[in-house]
Amino acid sequence: MLLVTALGAVFIRDLFAVIMLFGIYSLVSAGFFLDLSAPDVALTEAAIGAGVAPLLMLATLALTREKTTPQPRAKRSIHTSLLPILVVTMTGAALVYATFDMPFIADPAGPAHNHVAPRYLQASGAEIGIPNVVTSVLASYRGFDTLGEVFVIFTAEIGVLSLLGFLADGSGRQYWQFEDTANLRRHNILHVVSKALIPVILIYAFYVQFHGDYSPGGGFQAGVLFAAGFILYAMIFGLQAAYRVVSPTALYWAMAIGVLLYGGTGVASLLLGGNYLDYNVLGSDAVHGQHNGILIVELGVGICVAAVMMSVFFKFSGRTAHFYDDRREVRK
Amino acid sequence: MNQALSAHLPALQVIVPLLAAPLCFLLRRPSLAWPFAFVVTLCTFAAAIALFNQTADGTVLSYHMGGWEPPWGIEYRIDRLSSLVLLLVSGMAAIAMLYAGASVAEEVPRDRQILFYTAFLLCLAGLLGMTITGDAFNLFVFLEISSLSTYILISFGRDRRALTSAFQYLIMGTIGATMLLIGIGFIYMMTGTLNMADLAERLPPVYETKTVRAAFAFIVIGLSIKLALFPLHIWLPNAYSFAPSVLTVFLAGTATKVALYALIRFVYTIFGGDFAFGQVPLQYILLSMAVLAVFSGSLYAVFQASVKHALAYSSIAQIGYMVIGVGLFTVAGMSAGLLHLFNHAIMKGCLFMAVGCVYLRYHSVSIETFKGLGRTMPWTMAAFVIGGLGLIGMPLTSGFVSKWYLVLAALDHGWGGFVLIATIMGGSLLAVAYVWRIVEAAYFQDPENDENVEAPLSLLVPTWILALATIYFGIDTHLPVNAATGAALDLLGGTQ
Repeated sequence: MLLVTALGAVFIRDLFAVIMLFGIYSLVSAGFFLDLSAPDVALTEAAIGAGVAPLLMLATLALTREKTTPQPRAKRSIHTSLLPILVVTMTGAALVYATFDMPFIADPAGPAHNHVAPRYLQASGAEIGIPNVVTSVLASYRGFDTLGEVFVIFTAEIGVLSLLGFLADGSGRQYWQFEDTANLRRHNILHVVSKALIPVILIYAFYVQFHGDYSPGGGFQAGVLFAAGFILYAMIFGLQAAYRVVSPTALYWAMAIGVLLYGGTGVASLLLGGNYLDYNVLGSDAVHGQHNGILIVELGVGICVAAVMMSVFFKFSGRTAHFYDDRREVRK
Repeated sequence: MNQALSAHLPALQVIVPLLAAPLCFLLRRPSLAWPFAFVVTLCTFAAAIALFNQTADGTVLSYHMGGWEPPWGIEYRIDRLSSLVLLLVSGMAAIAMLYAGASVAEEVPRDRQILFYTAFLLCLAGLLGMTITGDAFNLFVFLEISSLSTYILISFGRDRRALTSAFQYLIMGTIGATMLLIGIGFIYMMTGTLNMADLAERLPPVYETKTVRAAFAFIVIGLSIKLALFPLHIWLPNAYSFAPSVLTVFLAGTATKVALYALIRFVYTIFGGDFAFGQVPLQYILLSMAVLAVFSGSLYAVFQASVKHALAYSSIAQIGYMVIGVGLFTVAGMSAGLLHLFNHAIMKGCLFMAVGCVYLRYHSVSIETFKGLGRTMPWTMAAFVIGGLGLIGMPLTSGFVSKWYLVLAALDHGWGGFVLIATIMGGSLLAVAYVWRIVEAAYFQDPENDENVEAPLSLLVPTWILALATIYFGIDTHLPVNAATGAALDLLGGTQ
């Protein structure tokens, strides 16, 4: 199934279909992750890969064309087509070669299950005191990696802003909702259903956010879910309505505050005499401290991820609005 | 308070620029961004100097992130090698920021300057994080931060081609990072740990497995892309040439250097030299690629029409020299390689700064533009000549010192060593050719008009700091030689 969708995505010329295939691909791999007992990853993959990413690609599609232009065949020399095939084959061969001596999946004797992991599984209950070990590892034992990942997301948004414009928003130009969604607005059924769904999605996002200690979930997943609900709103009711709810400037503040909330928790533990991101000092005793620390950093992650996703969507679709705006002017 | 500060210095080294980035983003006033970023880089540099002094006698500092002891938590580990690279990266950042004030104001539109400085701070934090960490996966996370911000910064270039070169680098860099990640995944699968010191202990029993060998190949190739080792260098010339001047200075002095540092870490510290050079034929691969890099890079440099392109190709050749040193697998070779890493960063920074001065005045960096600049921009071109002499390896410049050590190290290697020495000599002769072309245009051709258009003092001061450093480290070699030798001893064992 994964293979078929991947091949389909390579060979199909209709980009709209390719985007749908990407979505399916992500959904199938989310199923795989679930199968391998990684529900946290599955949730993220489903929300991002099958939810937000195709939306962004569709917004891009609205800017460009739906079909790829076939390359003239004659221009390709043997060099340009042989070399990539050679490199890909060798990489694939190396990957296969590596599997020969690998421990089997879920082999209890595998080194990955016998060195660092047992401590996480056995001691995290006493040291951190929350049932979801994934959250313990992600937010506390390896919390610094997660801080890095949040900064990766922040950096990505800086990239989008520097390519698509940053302060230019305030230039007073009117945004129009883009034509694709103008059609969506006339669909009464969509209108009503989404009106009912959006609050549920947003509430579910909060549940995933704050229940991350006990069940799969946490800041990353919650942030994406929240953003997805909001983007749905923007698509059905138009960008203008969405801007009235949250302005882009508020999103800039939100994402910086999100990362600073995470990094600031570390600074707080420094000031209270612990090492950087040592949550033990943040409460009356170690377990309480861990609990407080994880709650705050997860909130920081959630705010940052949601703000970045929403802001990226604003940027892409705002661009589309400009584009149609320009075309209208040209036609006149 | 003072004691507490020094105990947390390893964390602060990275945290300060990292958290400064979102703060810089929130400033909202372009005029405030530069002073803010400059002060942050100065603090970072001060932290690096303090760490360098603390580790100079061979002490190894270990800092436990989150208070969790390794291998369960993430460890920051600073020895003589990492403190040398930290010093270099933060020093280059501080000097580049001094230069940035006037240069960025000219080259980056005002409404995007905040984003430029934010991305710069992120890039700095990413590179420092890669250098300081003792955890293989943490290295990957910070590699992502630094790479992503580098792509962004390159796209700020004024030339429209900056966008395509940033995109090309993005594709190549992402492939490299993915390969690194695959490799790290494999070694985690075989050992169950991500801590570097712990990996070094747990890898020897599984050396013979195909998974570990494949992991080694993926990691070396992935990092070689980031390092721009021939023939994986194609992203570099355009990325350097179309980026804003400040960024070219910073990248040339740090990005490839940190990638080389990461390669040394993986090859020598994690896998161990005996595996890399005993069981796997890494030496032949590295040395032959390095020799090809020196010749092809230098040859291409001779025929470039743009000075920035010529210097970028020259960087590929210089990376070749460093890899020769690293690939020799001796203390002498390693210290020569590290010495060249240090010296080259300074002289290439000086050269790119001088080119940035010319760009500021003429908005072009083609050789045509350089005609008669010896008369119209005398100070800029004098600094350029000093940097150029360093590239060639003239005595009394730092370039001579590192090439001298490299030749001495190669002498111990019999006939193979003679090939390497011939390469070093040939590369230097080619360097004479490509530096001479530019010097000839600047001093022996007449300018189009004789008006003096010397660059402003704010650009000349950092340029001359680096030019004087090139001479200083050519005469008083105490600091870099001791640091490089110490780091080499840490990596290869043995005594001085």
